[in-house]
Amino acid sequence: MDATPFLTLSALLFTIGAVGVLVRRNAIVVFMCVELMLNATNLALVTFARVHGQLDGQVAAFFVMVVAAAEVVVGLAIIVSIFRARRSISVDDASLLKY
Amino acid sequence: MTPELVVFWLLSVLTVASAVMVVSTPHVVHAALWLVVTLGAVAGCFLVLTAEFVAWVQVLIYVGAVVVLLLFALMLTRSPASTTGATSRNRPVAAFAGFSTFGVLAVVLTSGFRGIVLDLDSQPDQLGGAAPPERIGDTRSVGEAIFTHWVLAFEVLSVILLAALIGAIVVSGRVRDRDRQEAAAGGGS
Repeated sequence: MDATPFLTLSALLFTIGAVGVLVRRNAIVVFMCVELMLNATNLALVTFARVHGQLDGQVAAFFVMVVAAAEVVVGLAIIVSIFRARRSISVDDASLLKY
Repeated sequence: MTPELVVFWLLSVLTVASAVMVVSTPHVVHAALWLVVTLGAVAGCFLVLTAEFVAWVQVLIYVGAVVVLLLFALMLTRSPASTTGATSRNRPVAAFAGFSTFGVLAVVLTSGFRGIVLDLDSQPDQLGGAAPPERIGDTRSVGEAIFTHWVLAFEVLSVILLAALIGAIVVSGRVRDRDRQEAAAGGGS
C-alpha cells in the first residue's frame, strides 16, 4: 500500500485547521483549529515512522501531544484572563493587547 | 482493496467532514464536540498505522483532557451562541491561503514521497528498524524508546508541563487578587 493517502489526509487536515485559524473569531475555536493542525503533523509523523519501521516518529508525535497540552493550558488561562479584563474573547478585539 | 484501506478511507472521510464542521459551525460547543469526532478518527488512523500507544495517548490527552479543558473555558467565558460574527471578514484571503497551503503540501508530499511503500503487514526483511516489526508502536517498545534514547527530552517535557501548570495558575489567578484588592480599597474609601 502506498503512503500517499495518509499524507494527503494530513495535508488536508492541516489546511482545514489553517483556514479555521484565519477565519474564526472566537479565540477558543482558533485553539481548536491549532489542535487540528498539530494532529495533522502528528499523522504525518506516525506515517513516516511506519514507513521507515522506526519508533522515532511516534515518540516525536507523543512529545508534540504533550507540548500541545501544555500550550492549551497556558493559552486557555490567557484567554480566560483576557475575557475577565474586557468581556470578550474575539481575536479581533484583542488586536491591541494593552488597551 | 485491502481491509485496512477500507477502514482508512472511512476514517479519512469522517476526519475531513468533522474537521470542516469544527471550522464552519457557528456554535462553539458544537465545534468542540465535532473536534472530539475528528480527534477520535485520527486516533483510528493511528491504529491503522499500528501506532497503538500514540492512538491511546491521543484518546487520553486530546479527547479526555484537552476537549474537556476547552469546554470548561467555553463555560467560563460564556461565549455567545449567536451566529452573527462567528467568522472574520478576511474569507477571500483565508481561501487563497488555504488553497495555496494545500497545493504546496499536496505536491510536496505526494511527489516527494511517491514511491515509498507503507507496509502494514510488516515483513521483517523490508523494515530495517531497530525494534522487531511486529511490536513497533505498542506500549512496551515506545516506552523503551522514550526511557532510553529520548529520556533527556522526556525530562525536559516534564519541566515544561510543570512550568505550564504554574504559569496557568499565575495568569488566571492574578486578576482575581487585583479585583479583591480593588474591592477592599473601594470599600475602605
